[in-house]
Amino acid sequence: MKFKLKIWRQENAQAKGKFVTYELDNVSDDCSFLEMLDQLNETLVDKFDKPVCFDHDCREGICGMCSLYINGRPHGNDSGITTCQLHMRRFKDGDTLVVEPWRAKAFPVIKDLVVDRTAFDKIIQEGGYVSVNTGGIPDANAIPIKKVDSDLAMDAAQCIGCGACVAACKNASAMLFVSAKVSHLALLPQGSLEAKERVDNMVSKMDELGFGYCSNTGACEAECPKEIKISNIARLNREFFVSKLG
Amino acid sequence: MLNSSIGKKLLMALAGLFLCVFLVVHLGINLCLLRDDGGEWFRAAAGFMSSNKIIKVFEVFLFGGLILHIIYGIFIEIKNRISRPISYNKTYASQTSYFSKYMIHTGMIIFAFLGLHLINFYFVKLGWTPAPQGIVAVEDKHDFYNMAINLFQNPVYSFVYIGFMIFLGFHLHHAFQSAFQTLGVNHTKYNTLIKATGTIYSIAIALGFSVIPVYFLFFWGK
Ligand code: FES
Repeated sequence: MKFKLKIWRQENAQAKGKFVTYELDNVSDDCSFLEMLDQLNETLVDKFDKPVCFDHDCREGICGMCSLYINGRPHGNDSGITTCQLHMRRFKDGDTLVVEPWRAKAFPVIKDLVVDRTAFDKIIQEGGYVSVNTGGIPDANAIPIKKVDSDLAMDAAQCIGCGACVAACKNASAMLFVSAKVSHLALLPQGSLEAKERVDNMVSKMDELGFGYCSNTGACEAECPKEIKISNIARLNREFFVSKLG
Repeated sequence: MLNSSIGKKLLMALAGLFLCVFLVVHLGINLCLLRDDGGEWFRAAAGFMSSNKIIKVFEVFLFGGLILHIIYGIFIEIKNRISRPISYNKTYASQTSYFSKYMIHTGMIIFAFLGLHLINFYFVKLGWTPAPQGIVAVEDKHDFYNMAINLFQNPVYSFVYIGFMIFLGFHLHHAFQSAFQTLGVNHTKYNTLIKATGTIYSIAIALGFSVIPVYFLFFWGK
């Protein structure tokens, strides 16, 4: 397959970036988007050009490191997958692909397509954990949990923190991420102990870091590689109101 | 609470829902215009609204809610634009509800209409602006019935009015269900009901208000 790639190149965080167009031929339809970029980088290195920087780690959709805004959609034109799981056969031969970094004030570009997602870590540090002493491994049935709750908690816990929700949102809001983190703990007995402080601290951190305000467009839900539902955002709102009232 | 993003959104949603209720009341009164009774029902309803003490209190809430909704709407829009200083080259291709992307735009259109509407009616009552003149004589500054006839007899005004009502419908279509989500009401059992109610509500409001100019343009007095 043959592609025309319009890729955002930016020397460093301070530099002014620009789009550079590359032509790439002989791309296998079986290769993933990141492998295609590897192929491009090989040709660039052969010509003593600087390779395109992009984030990646596991390349199997579990770590949340890969990003990329491809043709107007985070993680490209497929649903429920990360960029590393996106295959070139999803595109047509001869397509032009516009590849951009996540765009948000809270996610500044470090180089080319790599953005700094420390903002998410900072939010997690505000309460995305339980601080109870869990001791040894308890008996599996020692703490009864309703099936519905455990299912919802596990669904929310799927969030890999890739930031696609922020990238997709027209307001660059981090509500889906925060709601997933708040939900998966709030739904379980171990997490409910610190639920009030957690939601309070995480939301104020989120606001402080410069993420936008959610306007319920649903773009995050449509693009989340782990298909986290916006019903979590409603739960986050409820948890927040309860924390303020009680 | 109110210095948080969620708190501000809560206030916006509550004010919005209050305005939604107001629209139903307003539409109910306006529909009295369709009765061929020389304005008897309409005058009675409008008279009640402008003289009742409790309604007077609500009027304060109404203007308060409206101003709050507008100010917060603008504030949030600015905040959101700052949150993405460099925009994408390729515009958003994500699946979203269509109207949700244009709430500030439809909001501004409605605001423009509101200005016109206040000049034509509310400010007349206060004696700030002259009453709309036309084919029927306006008795005094409280004679909203004849003012409405004069305005709706003008095809340009009527079509502009209908245009505004369509944008109001667009705004409400997202607004209604969005308000519930902001309030934290999201349940697999009721989501379809909320969304359907929102759709029916927005269409009913836009259509309900639009029927009146159509009546006065084409059917009244014939
Ligand atoms: S590289 Fe780990 S999710 Fe894509």
